[in-house]
Amino acid sequence: MEIERLPESDELLINMGPQHPSTHGVLRILLRTDGELVTGAKPDIGYLHRSLEKIAERVTYAQFMPFTDRLDYLAAANCNCAYAWAVEKLAGIEVPERAEYIRVIVCELNRIASHLIAFGAFTADMGAFTPFLYGIRERERINDLFEMICGNRLTYNYARIGGVSHDLPDGFLDELKDFLDYFEPKIDEYNQLISYNKIFVHRLANVAVVSKEDAIAYGLVGPNLRGSGVKWDLRKDEPYSVYDRFEFDVPVGFGEKGTVGDAFDRYMVRIREMKESVKILRQAIEQIPDGPVMAKVPRVFKPGPGEVYFRAENPRGELGFYIVSKGGTSPYRLKIRTGSFTALTIFDKVARGHLIADIIALIGSFDIVLPEIDR
Amino acid sequence: MDSAVAFLTSKIPFLASLPFWVVAFLVMLVVALVILGFALTYEGIATYIERKVAADIQVRIGPNRVGPNGWFQFIADGVKLLMKEDLIPAKADKFLFVLAPYLVFVGSFAAFVVVPFGISLIAADLNIGVYYVMAVTSLVVIGILLAGWGSNNKWALLGGMRAAAQIVSYEVPVGMALLPAVILAGSLSLQEIIRSQGGYLGIFGWNIFHNPFTFFSFFLYFTAALAETNRTPFDIPEAESELVAGYHVEYSGIRFAFFFMAEYGDMFVVCALAAALYLGGWQVPFVDVSGLSPLLANLLSLGVFLAKVIALILVMMWVRWTLPRLRVDQLMRMSWKYLVPLTFVNVLGVSVWVLAFDGKGIPALVMSLLGR
Repeated sequence: MEIERLPESDELLINMGPQHPSTHGVLRILLRTDGELVTGAKPDIGYLHRSLEKIAERVTYAQFMPFTDRLDYLAAANCNCAYAWAVEKLAGIEVPERAEYIRVIVCELNRIASHLIAFGAFTADMGAFTPFLYGIRERERINDLFEMICGNRLTYNYARIGGVSHDLPDGFLDELKDFLDYFEPKIDEYNQLISYNKIFVHRLANVAVVSKEDAIAYGLVGPNLRGSGVKWDLRKDEPYSVYDRFEFDVPVGFGEKGTVGDAFDRYMVRIREMKESVKILRQAIEQIPDGPVMAKVPRVFKPGPGEVYFRAENPRGELGFYIVSKGGTSPYRLKIRTGSFTALTIFDKVARGHLIADIIALIGSFDIVLPEIDR
Repeated sequence: MDSAVAFLTSKIPFLASLPFWVVAFLVMLVVALVILGFALTYEGIATYIERKVAADIQVRIGPNRVGPNGWFQFIADGVKLLMKEDLIPAKADKFLFVLAPYLVFVGSFAAFVVVPFGISLIAADLNIGVYYVMAVTSLVVIGILLAGWGSNNKWALLGGMRAAAQIVSYEVPVGMALLPAVILAGSLSLQEIIRSQGGYLGIFGWNIFHNPFTFFSFFLYFTAALAETNRTPFDIPEAESELVAGYHVEYSGIRFAFFFMAEYGDMFVVCALAAALYLGGWQVPFVDVSGLSPLLANLLSLGVFLAKVIALILVMMWVRWTLPRLRVDQLMRMSWKYLVPLTFVNVLGVSVWVLAFDGKGIPALVMSLLGR
């Protein structure tokens, strides 16, 4: 991987990563800088490549479920469910209603957990280490809830093709309600502690601006897209599962402290999304019906020939599964499209003309997760 | 110095047979060792306190394994750093790389010489004390630059350049923010400045309450000093999340420990200066320390001085674990556009005040109105 360098110049080539505290994993960025000013930035990916798409062609549909955990380890439940929905769409399986509600509950819980890490890691990148631990404290309770559901705290492997692996344990919904009551005021606390801190705002406002047009042209998704002021959320605009039964808003960036699409807007979109997730969870607790949590799926699962593309709104944007089946027990081809990957494509364009410290804000505000990029 | 040597030679006949400079050298050595012992102990304990404060703010427990409540953690840390392999990067400039940590440590430690711990507890009451502190702490810049250059690492170089720019910029507001206290006391000697803050007014005799300008000067000094010691929110040179560890990214073991101790030493020095110049130093409110027996007076003044300094250090730690970091251009702007003009205005204001009110502060003026 090369980055062009002007001959006879005073420019410095800096290798940021793969060992760097703020690249959120094993991301390597080649920076060309003039003093502190960045004149070019090329992300170099592939350090974490595990050929998940190829593995999918060798294992059965059901066996691929644990691999989706490793797609985005901060939002494993979302990846599980997205894969399950994709395969169900391929095979035309009708999922019991209770299972769909449980999936929504775990997805939204995981979205909160993921955004908490995004919030914490971002503030830590900006030099304030304390909010990170506050985020971890709340996430710990979410992990406990997940441990109640499926025994795992990070890689859940909870969804199944046709439902979920087992029903919610007794008393879970009460625990969840307790957590929501505890968590909701904490979001305001974060805003008081750090979001509107003067230094923090100064670091983020008007930094790393992605215009509405660029965001669409480069295919940004999820909070990064909404941060640029585009109101696009699959849960609202292309409702899947039971998402059409919930009342919630789609927060978008509106240039609160500077320009539309700056780092502060993207950050605030995530903070506000946590509130919306709490809303969805409260409604799901009210609405969840009784019944089975697993559809009748044959033991040897062989969907008919065909192809399907399914995308779900994950914490890091749309997670798309493109599955081609030739009627065997495993997919003929499986392609995964992730939000973090598209976010990196716009990196060089946005990074130019910023200071090194802003590059950190840029990476943090995109909230990338490397396993999702390298797959 | 002369009196100490005379005292010793009169007590111990053997010393009287030695030339004067030998005895003087011995006295200096003992004093230096005492201060070094104090500085190292303080730096160790300060790291422990910092970790506990951080833990408290971050809803954690903090160190609690070594000794009761983790009290001996700093000894374990020190031993670990001493036992580490001495690593010098293959392509580093070895001489500069080795030299840098000592320069940084010397710069911060040398300032301890004029720190007025008590009524007569001061290693050397230089008549240019404030000026001396400003001068020797500037040595730190050279050490940091050498560390950044000598490491042959781009992150370290960036950190070194940032540190040089930052410390040099903030020397100006720091110096200007110290001047009001010097103007009021009419002396650069720290002991003189502290003595001028005693009297019947108690804490209102302190320079910080002298007039509105000195009140602001204290806060300007504290802000600028935070930046000079490279602490968050001004830890641009280290900037863990940006520059990995800045100028000391290649250092490990005891060489790293020198940088670390220098940082805590710097914290103590700037807080000691703030306490001495604006918060009355070792003056105990409403107690005339000089009237007590020498031992009691020294102990009392030492305790009061340390309490003031540690309170300021705790504020520094509180700030560090609360605020995010400024960006490098914002930092420079803050120094040259806000702090420098404000400190100049303050110096001017204090000078005019001294001329207008014959050196009397607001508390003294109020008392004279009340007929005292």
